[in-house]
Amino acid sequence: MSTVLIIEQILNGLQFGVMLFLMAAGLTLIFGVMGLINLAHGSLYMVGAFAAAAVAASTGSFLLALAASLAAAAIVGAIIELVVIRRLYDRDHLDQVLATFALILIFSETTRWLFGSFPLFLDVPEALSGTVTLPGGIAYSSYRLMIISVGIIVAVGLFLLISKTRIGMRIRAGENDREMIGALGVDISKLYTLIFALGAALAGLSGALVGAIQSVQVGMGEPVLILAFVVIVIGGIGSIKGALVGAILVGLTDTLGRVMLPLFFANFMEQSSATSVGSSLASMSIYILMAAVLIFKPTGLFGRA
Amino acid sequence: MISERFFNYIVALLILGTALVAWVMDEPFLITLTTKAVILALAGVGLNLALGQGGLISLGHAAFFGLGGYAMGVLASHAQTFTPLMEAPFLIVGTNSMPVIWLVAIVASSLCAFVIGLLSLRTSGVYFIMVTLAFGQMLYYFSISWPAYGGEDGLSIYVRNSFPGLNTLDPIQFFGICFAILMLVIYGVSRLTHSPFGLALNGARQNAQRVHTVGLNPFKLQLAAFTISGAITGLAGALFADLNRFVSPTMFSWQTSGEIMIFIILGGVARLYGPVVGAALFILLEHWLGGLSDFWHVYLGIILLCVVLFARGGLIGALAKKERAHV
Repeated sequence: MSTVLIIEQILNGLQFGVMLFLMAAGLTLIFGVMGLINLAHGSLYMVGAFAAAAVAASTGSFLLALAASLAAAAIVGAIIELVVIRRLYDRDHLDQVLATFALILIFSETTRWLFGSFPLFLDVPEALSGTVTLPGGIAYSSYRLMIISVGIIVAVGLFLLISKTRIGMRIRAGENDREMIGALGVDISKLYTLIFALGAALAGLSGALVGAIQSVQVGMGEPVLILAFVVIVIGGIGSIKGALVGAILVGLTDTLGRVMLPLFFANFMEQSSATSVGSSLASMSIYILMAAVLIFKPTGLFGRA
Repeated sequence: MISERFFNYIVALLILGTALVAWVMDEPFLITLTTKAVILALAGVGLNLALGQGGLISLGHAAFFGLGGYAMGVLASHAQTFTPLMEAPFLIVGTNSMPVIWLVAIVASSLCAFVIGLLSLRTSGVYFIMVTLAFGQMLYYFSISWPAYGGEDGLSIYVRNSFPGLNTLDPIQFFGICFAILMLVIYGVSRLTHSPFGLALNGARQNAQRVHTVGLNPFKLQLAAFTISGAITGLAGALFADLNRFVSPTMFSWQTSGEIMIFIILGGVARLYGPVVGAALFILLEHWLGGLSDFWHVYLGIILLCVVLFARGGLIGALAKKERAHV
């Protein structure tokens, strides 16, 4: 197999990983600070994608569409935090799972009712629809390259936000001892709403960015949500660094597995069965990775015991 | 307010009564609907053992439900086409005998539950939820990408499998089989709950450390419960496949796991008949709300949300005495 193909696939894997990071970062932040497992995070991803598709269709501007995805997901996130999620912080995980599962049902069906069952299309903006020639003569989609850069910018931004600003200080304090920062005069419920809206905005952004390369449809969020869970289990709950490393690992394993495994099995099998064995195994590869991490480090790579 | 035991008898009689009345009035669709509720209840009884008694919040029970379904699908499809399942090292042929299929479904799903449990029980709390969900999803993608048994399209079985001495194509007889299995399993689970194993399992949920100090191994208790739980849900999967005469990857999907969990919540967590009441209620809602609107899942979501937020303990908690066990 040629080096060009491998490099291209590695970039695809990175792009996929970066998207997963945007989802996983919000989830892990919400879990780390509020102790909440949020299944409805995938719905926020979908909300972002639909908002972007709707705005892009009426204005034609991709930048406005991205802004709409951030705003819509953040607003919807803040609303569900205020109405529902807030009541769940003191409940056990079972109640959290069920209530957020109920939210998925409500969001999915409402979206289907508003927009119909057919997928919407969000076009890649004109300026980014071509390819860029990378050093070494590799032509690569500039849109995907843009996604990778957005992901890196968000990762750096989150790092700065959490380690350098006053809000970040409160978030870290909230992770360590929520009663104490309440006693010190920080309005915890406002902080929680803010964190939830931040996580939601990241999910919405990720939905809009992916929506342009895939289709925008009801139920698009849940497969990504489950992958984000795998990322968090691998990286360790509550750790943004873990989410980043886990996301890149999962992105690369999945993308490279899909390309390499069928080729690998073709070495000692006939072509058709190699393809089927290879692709079946590739679809399981990240879960096998997760199982391996669980065997050696049950709390994840960067998780606290 | 009535006692829970008395309430349970009423529920069982109501289900049996509905099917019998439908049979007398010659309404096969109603019998099939009741059968569906009974089978889904069985899947819920399986999950309830892990979730209610063991405190193991598994969001991956669709894995076992699907495996049971595919055990039926694979065996029956080979019997249907008269091709052997495997020739070397020894010959395995398909079958359309229900008892054999059930046995295979139980063995396959309990093996799978054992392996998933072995890995997932290394974690606890919210990790456990995510890990079980992920393993369920793994089987879902595997069933989609494995082309030999229909892949994404699933498998159709043209004739319902046979049970010695009965005509399984007659709805009321098939209902009888499913109802009898449900009652047997519920009896078994209730015996298990009151056995030393069940008591220790409940202890492990409430205070694992304490169970450990009296010399029991909470990990082993929970693994055993998870395995039995998977086996029951697998059996339900085989029956469900036989009811529809069709299996598809949908049985493996995470929505299925979520729905099985909904049965338990609607009925009441850790209640013997919780999943039965919940599944019956779910089928009623599906039928009634589904008739009102295509988007009935919105209403289901709102009802579920209200039950979780305001009516903890489910329907049984609201109607029968006895406090809900703490989870």
